[in-house]
Amino acid sequence: MLTIKNLHASIEGTPILRGINLEIKAGEVHAIMGPNGSGKSTLASVLAGREEYEVTEGEVIFKGKNLLDLAPEDRAREGVFLAFQYPVEIPGVSSTNFLRTAVNQVREYRGLEPLDAVKFLSTMKEKMKLVEMDQKLLSRSLNEGFSGGEKKRNEIFQMAMLEPTLSILDETDSGLDIDALKIVSNGVNKLKSPETASIVVTHYQRLLDYIIPDFVHVLYNGRIVKSGSKDLALELEEKGYDWIKEEVDTASV
Amino acid sequence: MSKDNQILEEFTSKEYEHGWSVNYEADEAPIGLNEDIIKWISAKKEEPQWLLDWRLKAFKAWLEMKEPEWANVHYPKIDLQALRYYSAPKQDKKPKNLDEIDPELLQIYERLGISLNEQKRLQGIAVDAVLDSVSVGTTFKDTLSKLGIVFCSFSEAVQEHPELIKKYLGSVVPMTDNYYAALNSAVFSDGSFCYIPSGVRCPMELSTYFRINAANTGQFERTLIVAEDDSYVSYLEGCTAPQRDENQLHAAVVEIYAAKNAEVKYSTVQNWFPGDKNGKGGIYNFVTKRGICAGDNSKISWTQVETGSAVTWKYPSCILKGDNSVGEFYSVAVTNNYQQADTGTKMIHIGKNTKSRIVSKGISAGHSQNSYRGQVQVMKRATNARNFSQCDSLLMGSKCGAHTFPYIDIQNSTAMVEHEATTSKIGEDQLFYCNQRGISSEDAVALIVNGYAKEVLNQLPMEFAVEAQKLLALTLEGSVG
Ligand SMILES: Nc1ncnc2c1ncn2[C@@H]1O[C@H](COP(=O)(O)OP(=O)(O)OP(=O)(O)O)[C@@H](O)[C@H]1O
Ligand SMILES: [Mg+2]
Repeated sequence: MLTIKNLHASIEGTPILRGINLEIKAGEVHAIMGPNGSGKSTLASVLAGREEYEVTEGEVIFKGKNLLDLAPEDRAREGVFLAFQYPVEIPGVSSTNFLRTAVNQVREYRGLEPLDAVKFLSTMKEKMKLVEMDQKLLSRSLNEGFSGGEKKRNEIFQMAMLEPTLSILDETDSGLDIDALKIVSNGVNKLKSPETASIVVTHYQRLLDYIIPDFVHVLYNGRIVKSGSKDLALELEEKGYDWIKEEVDTASV
Repeated sequence: MSKDNQILEEFTSKEYEHGWSVNYEADEAPIGLNEDIIKWISAKKEEPQWLLDWRLKAFKAWLEMKEPEWANVHYPKIDLQALRYYSAPKQDKKPKNLDEIDPELLQIYERLGISLNEQKRLQGIAVDAVLDSVSVGTTFKDTLSKLGIVFCSFSEAVQEHPELIKKYLGSVVPMTDNYYAALNSAVFSDGSFCYIPSGVRCPMELSTYFRINAANTGQFERTLIVAEDDSYVSYLEGCTAPQRDENQLHAAVVEIYAAKNAEVKYSTVQNWFPGDKNGKGGIYNFVTKRGICAGDNSKISWTQVETGSAVTWKYPSCILKGDNSVGEFYSVAVTNNYQQADTGTKMIHIGKNTKSRIVSKGISAGHSQNSYRGQVQVMKRATNARNFSQCDSLLMGSKCGAHTFPYIDIQNSTAMVEHEATTSKIGEDQLFYCNQRGISSEDAVALIVNGYAKEVLNQLPMEFAVEAQKLLALTLEGSVG
């Protein structure tokens, strides 16, 4: 589904990603871990098409298409979804209005009829249950004054509404209380299918108890320096990143 | 060029939709301005002597006045002698009802999406259509007259209801109020008159639609709204003009009088030609709008969506004379390309327990300059006066400007005046967030801008709100920065 080859990206001339290689197949869950500032959010942003990042080398193939050639909105319409680490607020625009615009533009791109108000609301009701989303939040301005946890939950709710093929969750677990973590993870699991895949960026093994990854990758200094199974996350939890940093630094000398 | 700039570029290059003009035979005054021209206009309209005298008095006063220069707008001096002060579509005889109006004129309005055909107007909005200098027709007159409501062109009111005109004309905006008001008083051509008798709630929206068509013609309308005790009316004003290379002058006067317990809601969606994207052409819009809450417990509410004109100079104001009276001003002013707007309001608290509320949302894009100028004045007698002002500016791109000039003058220590102001940019973060959900940049901008202006748009009657939203989207839609 997604092939990333030797991806290099920089911001304002500073290289951040320095040769990422990753292969993701339908049905898989990949966890990406790594120290602060290692480039995890950058990778997510580059995949989603954020302008500020300049791709200097490499390629990304998504469902047979060159992802880097597509505008961000077209990537979304093709099925790439990013749950943001820091969701933005849009004053005066209700979540409902926002989502209806989004859902119908995505549907139009996919050659589907727009959802009428009744259909849209019933879909919304159904998906709200998935993450136990409070109805009241949806009539408020998008993310405005939402608590940290509410914002994260709203991201997953939007994901449910947009039915992506590839979801990238950037630290969706941070800010969630223990119950919310379970609920949100549950939601993500229910959305999982043999046709979809996820990239889960997290600092904590705890999330991976709920969303069980097929692979765990460690990003350090803009490269994936170690990949393994779920056990790697446990090992990191126990030992931290120093041993990996040492391995890498010794190897590069 | 970054993507944001590209988006801005696209928006700024959007063409003005109503930029067409139509040729029809016109009845025109000679070019220039002097006493003879004023007499010519007055004679053309078969006005009574007192009105001609009133005009001439205004003209004399105007000759002594100077063009104001305090506003934050810059434009070449207008040669007022090079303008024509009266132009009217030629009609063989005065139309008695809508069926007698020249079909060609009706078509102009159809093309603007405004039907003067009563059967077609399902929403129940009564329309007075003003083309260049004169009113070409008013709908729903009969329905309204059964309730005692007068809604007709100003010229007609001069003939049919001279006592009302004589009583209220110039009572809110004195003829010598300012340079443009004096000019208007001397040469005004037509406009709308509206009278709601005591105890009547006007059952439909009353609307005037102004269209400038002729070249080199100044448009000077006069609108007068009188709401007697315990009455209510909601009044709408819409405006468009063709696209011309030269600038055209528009200097209107609107007066509102609200008696005891009366409420008047005045909404404007102004879409005069703003000039092309290089700043060529466009309407100079120098308007004086003022309402007086003369009676206790009365209320006047101004709502405006200003998207057009090359230069706008406009401060709809409220004189809160009656005790417990309320004045409101809700405004969205959008400037793009080389447009300049200096707009705001004045709230003058005279009565006790008077309240005013100001919500101003400026949006600037391109190379435009957008200024808010607001004055809150609390007089000695006005105990317990309250004012709340919220002035927000939204910037798109880095070449435009937003300015806020609040003036506060308080002479009574019991007054409570609050002023809040914010300036923001449409963030790249917001735009990217929308894009990531599959929303195109254009639609994202429309969403964000409409969200920003929501509090004001909510004040508009439904049909107008939808039109205004589209207009905002069309005028700029994209802003990021
Ligand atoms: N505009 C910028 N200019 C220079 N450096 C930047 C800029 N934006 C991001 N960076 C740097 O890029 C690096 C990678 O940031 P990124 O947000 O991808 O890290 P992360 O792995 O997601 O970290 P965290 O775990 O803290 O979320 C950081 O060192 C950051 O400071
Ligand atoms: Mg991050």
